[in-house]
Amino acid sequence: MTYVRPKIELPGQKLNEIGLALRDYEGSLSTLCAGCGHDSITAALVQALWEMSIAPEQLIKMSGIGCSSKTPAYFVHGAHGFNSVHGRMPSVATGALAGNRDLIGIGVSGDGDSLSIGFGQFGHVIRRNVNMLYLIENNGVYGLTKGQFSASADAGSTSKKGQVNQMQNINAVATAISMGASFVGRSFSGDREQLVPLIKSAIAHPGCAVVDVISPCVTFNDHVGSTKSYSYIRDHKLRATETDYIPARSEIKASYYAGDTHPVRLHDGSSILLRKVDPDYDPTRRNNALGFLERHRSRGEIVTGLLYIDQNVPEMHSQSRTVTTPLKDMKFEQLNPGSEELNKLQQGMK
Amino acid sequence: MPAKQSRINDFVLKIATVNGTGSASANGLLMKALFRMGIPVTGKNLFPSNIQGLPTWYEVRANHLGYMSRSGRVDVMVAMNVQTYQKDLAEVSPGGFLIYDSTWPRANSMQRDDITVLGVPLSKLCNEAFSVARIRILMKNVAYVGALAALLDLDLKIVRTLLEETFAAKPKLVESNLQAIMLGYDYAKENFSCPLPVRAETMGDNSGNILITGNDATGLGCLYAGATVGAWYPITPSTGVMDSFTMYCEKFRIDPETGDHRFCIIQAEDELAAAGMVVGANWVGARGFTPTSGPGISLMSEFIGFAYYAEIPSVFINVQRVGPSTGMPTRTQQGDVMLCAYASHGDTRHPILFPANPYECFEMAVTVFDLAERLQTPVFLLTDLDIGMNDWMVKELSWDDSYRPDRGKVLGPEDLAKMDRFVRYLDVDGDGIAYRTFPGEDPKGAYFVRGSGHNRYGGYTEDSDEFQDVIDRLLVKWETAKSLVPDAVISKADRKTRLGIVAYGSSDGAVIEARDRLAQDGIHADYLRIRAFPFSKEVVEFLRGHDTIFVVEQNRDAQMKSLLMLEANDIADRLVSILHYNGMPIPSECVVRGVIEHQGEEAAA
Repeated sequence: MTYVRPKIELPGQKLNEIGLALRDYEGSLSTLCAGCGHDSITAALVQALWEMSIAPEQLIKMSGIGCSSKTPAYFVHGAHGFNSVHGRMPSVATGALAGNRDLIGIGVSGDGDSLSIGFGQFGHVIRRNVNMLYLIENNGVYGLTKGQFSASADAGSTSKKGQVNQMQNINAVATAISMGASFVGRSFSGDREQLVPLIKSAIAHPGCAVVDVISPCVTFNDHVGSTKSYSYIRDHKLRATETDYIPARSEIKASYYAGDTHPVRLHDGSSILLRKVDPDYDPTRRNNALGFLERHRSRGEIVTGLLYIDQNVPEMHSQSRTVTTPLKDMKFEQLNPGSEELNKLQQGMK
Repeated sequence: MPAKQSRINDFVLKIATVNGTGSASANGLLMKALFRMGIPVTGKNLFPSNIQGLPTWYEVRANHLGYMSRSGRVDVMVAMNVQTYQKDLAEVSPGGFLIYDSTWPRANSMQRDDITVLGVPLSKLCNEAFSVARIRILMKNVAYVGALAALLDLDLKIVRTLLEETFAAKPKLVESNLQAIMLGYDYAKENFSCPLPVRAETMGDNSGNILITGNDATGLGCLYAGATVGAWYPITPSTGVMDSFTMYCEKFRIDPETGDHRFCIIQAEDELAAAGMVVGANWVGARGFTPTSGPGISLMSEFIGFAYYAEIPSVFINVQRVGPSTGMPTRTQQGDVMLCAYASHGDTRHPILFPANPYECFEMAVTVFDLAERLQTPVFLLTDLDIGMNDWMVKELSWDDSYRPDRGKVLGPEDLAKMDRFVRYLDVDGDGIAYRTFPGEDPKGAYFVRGSGHNRYGGYTEDSDEFQDVIDRLLVKWETAKSLVPDAVISKADRKTRLGIVAYGSSDGAVIEARDRLAQDGIHADYLRIRAFPFSKEVVEFLRGHDTIFVVEQNRDAQMKSLLMLEANDIADRLVSILHYNGMPIPSECVVRGVIEHQGEEAAA
């Protein structure tokens, strides 16, 4: 069943630039467990998309299979959604954005979906730098099949049944950075203050923006011994950077420059304001970012924030010089050379 | 020695060389020379899965009646490969000729007294005339073309013109190539009695015909169909389809002023991703396709089932090769019929088009997109290596400028404005096909695509009745498909007969020739060539109208026969398989033998 949220028009509710209320960015009621981190991420997405005044029909919500992949149903009911097959969301998103480059793509994946069955597609959507937000709702566990370790579970962490994971974990952000990702961030589902501007920056970034969000599973991975529980994350997270997203038409006020802050200007005129919380950290240098991540990982700390950005890596369409008009809107006459050209061509086949 | 039979414009010429020595251009030159003399001609490349060093053959059939299949004979063998000399010698039909490079002696044990062996010192001639080692190897190939020109009486003027056209940008090469031609030509003239009784004779100019491969024609068809997104993973023998599409896109679809590309070709990380990209592109309303071969279809099956159930148009081009598993990647087979018909888990079935030659590859590469969009389902274009990679003479391709793509049942913002509410999977007019919308156009058209259980409104469901309602409607759609796919082609015998032959795809040429030969022996058979699955009405009528129906196909397990039996199990015992599946294109001889043997058994019974 799809549970539709009753739409209640509240007098005096705030509207965004295109005249829509926050509620217009909501979707069906969540069927995830009460307290699931994923629902907090959904709320952050709703907030970010509303604040950015994105037209619902311009948005495509893509996912694979798993708890995380259910969430596209829970935000922006006026957008097209696509719940594909396990681990293959990136390829469908790539094809969709190839066919219509004007769409705003949000892919919601999970640690099983991206780091196990879909590890190949995760790598290649990054390599191709498809212009989309690639959000991983990372809880270290398979929920729908009842509690198996996922590839992001840390070595030494325990399952709900007490088994110890002996394998090394696959670190989504370090992997993404080392594979050449143009935008990599990490956050925590419980940190909305950090997450909303990070999501906005990721959507504005012209390329594949990977945002790994640690999102505790209240049913299977919120116990002592888990390194993806609410309490563990709260105790071990470390903000390396803080971001804010400044739309194209807004003025960047001098007060933003307090401390170690600088703007990353995007091609559309908007900016991501980046403030280093840790002075050692430089998210524009790959080796610095990886080194920082590794140093803190070895201390058991979970580094969050915008971890790496290079807004100048060419995205898929600039690599392939695709026309700016969405391909699906090209007129047939612009695609078909006609009978005369066919006859000319065949003179060379004789 | 048998009397030398005169065979004018009716011979098979086979050239045995080593892969990577540059014989392809020499063989192309031979093909085109025969073509321009007006002789119907086909060229089959029998090559290894290798870049350099393994044996390779090129088989040219010239036939004044226009027979296109392999005949099973070899009239003239050019044995340039010492490794395979013995085998090549053995393959020449009695009364035939073998030409070899006599620079080095061949062992006396390798002889036959029922054929004529002609030695031409090709290496010696080329070594004396050319100084660079690489050039010598290449020119040796050109020199055998020269010897053949004398022996087969090819028109030297045509050969010269062809060289001039080939090397228009490098006139120096015309002279050196012509020099090599004359080395072979003069040697043959001086040492043998030219021409041979097996020879060519000008019979027209073949105007109205072209030489083309199926892959080339398929890629061109995709361009003409208005496909904009091509996603693929390289795999023999389908790679030529995307090479062709790319080449024609670069020729016709780059904006001369801005340099903008009106296409997006994505070399995917694997076939799973290629299939996902095709599904994504078609979902947003762009025509997307993927060319692949059998192993690719195995990997794509997950998405094929998804697209079937979520009803997303998608075009899969399968250029079949020999399976199972890696099989023989450079050999041909029709072994993926069942795989494509029912690809993926659960109850699935998919329309398939079967072109018989490059001409139909071009036509059907357009039809396949129209069908996919009309039916909102995956549709296969099923060719094979023989059609895809070999050189075929077909009539010129034609294009109707009034053609516009059939996008099927699509609602835009204007249509949606007139509606209270849009739902995705509701069949409003009984053809089993629901209306769809494209993302990016109207929030009223938004819906959720899912491979999980859904009801007619597009909502998630685990309700038994709601689930079955949708899956049953897909059967209604299947019935609609039967009326939309291309008709079978029926060719009646010139007298009433209870015998029928059914074939499809690249087996067509062998059946055409076999029917003529059988008719000469007094065996007459009607012929039905299947061009699509699901079968249209006339297929079942044809089966019911004959007592014995030979089903000719290039696989071991009689896959098409099995599909026919599912459709019309009342006539199952009348179907007789003629099967050929060793990787070589089916020769007409195989069909003739199959029919005669069965008729003999019937008579004896």
